[in-house]
Amino acid sequence: MRALRAFGRFWYDFLIGDDWTAAAGVAAALGITALVATTRNPWWLLPVAAAAILVVSVHRGAASAAGPPTPTEPDRPVEP
Amino acid sequence: MTPTVLVVLGAFLASTVEMVEALTIVLAVGITRGWRSAVIGAAAALATLTVIVAGLGPALTQVPLGALRVVVGAVLLVFGLQWLRKAILRAAGIRARHDEDAIFAREVDEARQTARDTRARLDWYAFTLAFKGVLLEGLEVALIVVTFGSTGGHLGLAAAGAAGAFVVVASVGAFVHAPLSRVPENSLKFAVGIMLTSFGVFYGAEGTGIGWPGSDLALLGVIAFFAVVSFGLVAQLRRRAPLGAPGSVPAGG
Repeated sequence: MRALRAFGRFWYDFLIGDDWTAAAGVAAALGITALVATTRNPWWLLPVAAAAILVVSVHRGAASAAGPPTPTEPDRPVEP
Repeated sequence: MTPTVLVVLGAFLASTVEMVEALTIVLAVGITRGWRSAVIGAAAALATLTVIVAGLGPALTQVPLGALRVVVGAVLLVFGLQWLRKAILRAAGIRARHDEDAIFAREVDEARQTARDTRARLDWYAFTLAFKGVLLEGLEVALIVVTFGSTGGHLGLAAAGAAGAFVVVASVGAFVHAPLSRVPENSLKFAVGIMLTSFGVFYGAEGTGIGWPGSDLALLGVIAFFAVVSFGLVAQLRRRAPLGAPGSVPAGG
């Protein structure tokens, strides 16, 4: 059971990464594009949606890196 | 023609980045614990990756092209956005840059402190560390090669791009016997992130039935668009939080 959980965890980390909202955004953007594409040719939709996902994801990453300061924390957030 | 060149270039650059990271691990293990087990571990991982590419690539060509492009587009987009997000945060000085020298020093330190455990006439620590290092770094490359290659019918070319990167990195690594810290890894990751994201958008949209204006040439426009967005984000973050020179603490990914 533990091995199965670790296996699932590995693939989740590998495919989804540390921002699951970006992966969900990609799925939603592709779904909406497919729906609209049945009647029109909105070639601009997916690039704009992906750029929006990137902007939100980067700002979330910047905000979480900044985090609440503690007395022992360095000025610049560092990775483990 | 344009996507073909970009497929080879994308596979080559993505492979170079990951193989530089794998080389650091193999070198650290080989230098401290002996080369035999480290090289056998790395070779076993490469063989596993070759089986994955050789098995998954042709299998994917059996999937209907529209569905395949949507799946491939989604995978490349998710990977690309992850790479690009980290690269933008690093370029803006918010996240620590990847430092091969620091990672190498840490791996050497750990390898020296770990007791010897011999199994199947191999130093098991050296074997498993080299195997896992090469396999994990290579797995993403294998998926990129398979997705790049199967969608455009260029599996051989994408694999050749990855193989070219392996030859270059392994040759230079064998020659200098040190981590390739002079490779501009962070810049390469930025470029690869833009390429993966652009390919993901291009193939994903095509899979949903979108016709690109200018056909394949539109890919260049998509790449330019994401380059502008990415550099714009870096500039915006630098203005908002001027943190000075980026740190040099080892960073994953």
